[in-house]
Amino acid sequence: MKELNSMRLEFPSRSANEGFARAAVAAFAAQLDMTLTELGDVKTAVSEAVTNCIVHAYPDMIGTVHMRVRIVDEETLEIQVKDKGRGIEDVDRAREPLFTTGGEDRSGMGFTIMESFMDDVKVRSKPGAGTTVTMRKKIEKRLPAR
Amino acid sequence: MKLTSTQNGGKLTLTISGELDHHEARALCVEMEERIEEVLPRDCVLDLRELRFMDSSGIAVILKVYKHMNALGGRLTVINVPDQPLRVLDASGIDRMIEITAGEPGS
Ligand SMILES: Nc1ncnc2c1ncn2[C@@H]1O[C@H](COP(=O)(O)OP(=O)(O)OP(=O)(O)O)[C@@H](O)[C@H]1O
Ligand SMILES: [Mg+2]
Repeated sequence: MKELNSMRLEFPSRSANEGFARAAVAAFAAQLDMTLTELGDVKTAVSEAVTNCIVHAYPDMIGTVHMRVRIVDEETLEIQVKDKGRGIEDVDRAREPLFTTGGEDRSGMGFTIMESFMDDVKVRSKPGAGTTVTMRKKIEKRLPAR
Repeated sequence: MKLTSTQNGGKLTLTISGELDHHEARALCVEMEERIEEVLPRDCVLDLRELRFMDSSGIAVILKVYKHMNALGGRLTVINVPDQPLRVLDASGIDRMIEITAGEPGS
C-alpha cells in the first residue's frame, strides 16, 4: 500500500466540531477529483463516525477525537476516526441497522450509512478503552474535463 | 440552520435550511414541535430545498415529527429533497413509512 498524502486532526468532542470535521476532510479530499455524490458520501460517513465519538464514546465528558485521513494506492481515500472512550461491547450487534443505545434522539443507522456510502468499514473496539473506525472509499478516475 | 414556516389553512409548511446534524438537531426539533403545537395542522410538509447537508441525526428528527403528526391524527410529507439528504433517507428505509419526494409533490 502506497501512501500519497495524509493529514491528522484532533479536537475535543464538542458537537460544534462535527461540521468542522466534515469540512476539513472535504477540503483535504478535494485533490482527488471526486464527484459531488462521492464528496457527499464521504462527508456523511465522517459525520456519522465523529458524531458517534461525541454522543456514545464520551457521553458525559469532553474527550478527544482523533482523525487520520490518507490517500493511498493512487485513488483510495482512507479515513480513520478514533476515540479513547467507552468502547463497544458487541461490535457486530452495534453495526446492525436500527440498533441503538441512544434512545429517541438516535435512529441506529450510523454504521449502516457508513457501510453503504463507503467501500469498506472496519471497527475495532474495546470496552473501557475506545473505538477505532477505519473507512475506505475508492474514487473512480474520471476522464479529464474537456 | 434556520427554520421558516408558512401556514395555509390546515397545512403547515416547515422549510429547513443549512446543515442538519447532531449539533443542530435538538434546537431544530424543539422549534418544529412548537410550531406544530401552535398550529395543530392536518398536513405538515417538510420542505428540504435549502438543506445543504443531513446525516442520521436528521432521520431521528423526521421520525419525531412523523410521530407527532400521527399522534395529532395528521399527515407528514417531505418534499424537495436534495441529493445528499435523499441518499441518507434512502439508506435508512424511512421512505417505507413517510412520503418523500425529491421534487415538488405530484411532479
Ligand atoms: N465510538 C463509539 N463509542 C461507543 N459506542 C459506540 C461508538 N459508535 C457506536 N457506538 C454504539 O453503537 C451503536 C450503533 O451506532 P450507530 O451509529 O449505528 O447508531 P446510533 O449512533 O445509535 O444512531 P444514529 O447514528 O442513527 O444517530 C450506538 O448506539 C452505540 O451504542
Ligand atoms: Mg451514530
